[in-house]
Amino acid sequence: MMILFYIAATVAVVSTVGVIVQSNIVHALIYLILSLLAVAVVFFSLGAPFVAVLEAIVYAGAIMVLFLFVIMMLNMGQHTLDQEKTWMAAKDWALPAGLAAILLAQLLYVLREYRVDIVPNEVGVLEVSALLFGPYVLAVELASILLLAGLVSAYHLAKK
Amino acid sequence: MTWEVGSYLNIGVILGLVIFIAAMLIWVERRLLGLWQERLGPNRVGWFGLLQVAADMIKIFTKEDWIPPFADRMSFVLAPAIIMVVILTSFAVIPFAPGVGVVDSNIGILFVLAMASLGAYSVMLGGLSSDNKYALLGALRAAAQMVSYEVFMGISLLGVVALSGSFNLREIVIAQSDGWYIFPQFIGFVIFLIAGIAESHRLPFDIPEAEQEICSGYHTEYSGMKFGMFFVGEYLGLVLIASLLTVLFFGGWLGPAFLPPIFWFAIKAFGFIAFFILLRAAIPRPRYDQLMTYGWLFLLPLSLLNLLVTGAIILVTQ
Amino acid sequence: MFNLIKDTLLSQVVTLWHVFSHAFVKADTVQYPEEQPYMFPRWRGRIILSRDPDGEERCVACNLCAVACPVDCIALQKTEDEDGRWYPEFFRINFSRCIMCGFCEEACPTYAIQLTPDFEMAEYTRQDMVWEKEDLLISGTGKYHDYSFYRVAGKSIKGKDKGEALNEAAPVDVRSLLT
Repeated sequence: MMILFYIAATVAVVSTVGVIVQSNIVHALIYLILSLLAVAVVFFSLGAPFVAVLEAIVYAGAIMVLFLFVIMMLNMGQHTLDQEKTWMAAKDWALPAGLAAILLAQLLYVLREYRVDIVPNEVGVLEVSALLFGPYVLAVELASILLLAGLVSAYHLAKK
Repeated sequence: MTWEVGSYLNIGVILGLVIFIAAMLIWVERRLLGLWQERLGPNRVGWFGLLQVAADMIKIFTKEDWIPPFADRMSFVLAPAIIMVVILTSFAVIPFAPGVGVVDSNIGILFVLAMASLGAYSVMLGGLSSDNKYALLGALRAAAQMVSYEVFMGISLLGVVALSGSFNLREIVIAQSDGWYIFPQFIGFVIFLIAGIAESHRLPFDIPEAEQEICSGYHTEYSGMKFGMFFVGEYLGLVLIASLLTVLFFGGWLGPAFLPPIFWFAIKAFGFIAFFILLRAAIPRPRYDQLMTYGWLFLLPLSLLNLLVTGAIILVTQ
Repeated sequence: MFNLIKDTLLSQVVTLWHVFSHAFVKADTVQYPEEQPYMFPRWRGRIILSRDPDGEERCVACNLCAVACPVDCIALQKTEDEDGRWYPEFFRINFSRCIMCGFCEEACPTYAIQLTPDFEMAEYTRQDMVWEKEDLLISGTGKYHDYSFYRVAGKSIKGKDKGEALNEAAPVDVRSLLT
């Protein structure tokens, strides 16, 4: 299981870098989908198959489809590609990348010092739902109310 | 090598058979359409035209595999591969018979739903990368249709899940030993049937690839084997939906003992495939907005109601 | 509500049943090369040039067919024999352009050009689709067995003009219709 985790994690990191450096927005999106799927595999290898599948259904399957849907409407041509390329100049990304590298170094240090052993014990669908509708039922209800509000306002905007 | 779930022999045979059956469906569909339209269909190549598939394959493999110079190469090549991969992986969780299957997964149904939702990318990337207005229109339609119908495809299944108490397709089949779920879950069955056809964009819901309106939609620019992969992918989707209907509502491999279980599965699944072909022969294509309205304003409330009533009955009877 | 169900659901089921019931009807297909379909006598197929009952060719090279042809696939050249009777020097039909409309047959004053119920005219090269007079001319009378143009129209020979023979009516002056 650990080898699976490391492979999936590497894929996730590499494809996320791909998302940032790709100048073609459709290619960037494909990398993003790949990254989300890799994260789903990471979840699976850590013993959370339910979350893994939900990640694939909700993020990779639904939200990214909507992203792609919007991009289809935007009529990206060659000039957007060229524009995107000029935006990727080294002087623009050097500073943020350096700062991010500092954070990464810190993160690695922390992970090294406070080593937590990951013990994959599988959390099945039943356990997840028991938790959701047990101790966390209030949060679930609040989230559903938020979604309902979003739904109603989207309907209102669409009717206008 | 042993004959058990997940053995390499099992995986190889299932993979080979599924692709073979999907390819043979090209012939089956044309013969059945001919039967229902008072003509014969292909009957020249080989015995009853059975080698028609081989002839088609030879043609499709030797055709020029053309990538338009204006297309986005990466997505263009990726798109037909996605649909084959996604649907073939979905077959991994289908329990064909006791001891026949690839994985015995606890999240079987969810896995199929996840793969089905990824299938939308094939159509969308294919249409978007072709850089062609008909392909783009087809992709737009496909995206809206597949995302919408996924929603109540999932919800309509939850009645079955609630009754059997498991996401595991094998356990769902075993739970149907004392009665197929078609009877308590008839509404769920009808909704899943409709959503399944829309999801595999078969006629009458083939709006993304409507030949008469948008010149076969998202695969307008595809030729040769790339088109062939879309084509076979569609038939694979058909087999997948038929297998799912069999497993979820018609008791999978269960049946009287005079035939082995795998035959019962095959007979039921073929019945559904024939029914899909009959739908193609009989029902005209709805308009695009009719399809969406029908889905969101009729099927979605109905599937929610079905889930609610099922849940209430289970609570009361327990 | 009942009407809605009847219109949306029931009608679909009825349609499905109707289409399904066609499974028990014999197919209409004619298995063509083995099983030849019946061709109707007036079918507009391969074009021929016919001869009159005396065995003379009927065509008088009037060019009306070439004029009537909408795709201009007929080409011919007039020539005369020693009696002054017109006949085509060559007569050429390009069947790769012909649309089998039958206008030439309608235009023909002598029933010379006729369309026949034969459609098996495929060729491997385009040049083979061009038929010359010797390919077109048949030895029979075609669809009109007893018709001979000169018996109806009369014919001027040496010492006798049209309408001067014993049982022959004088030719109609077509210009009299104009007054």
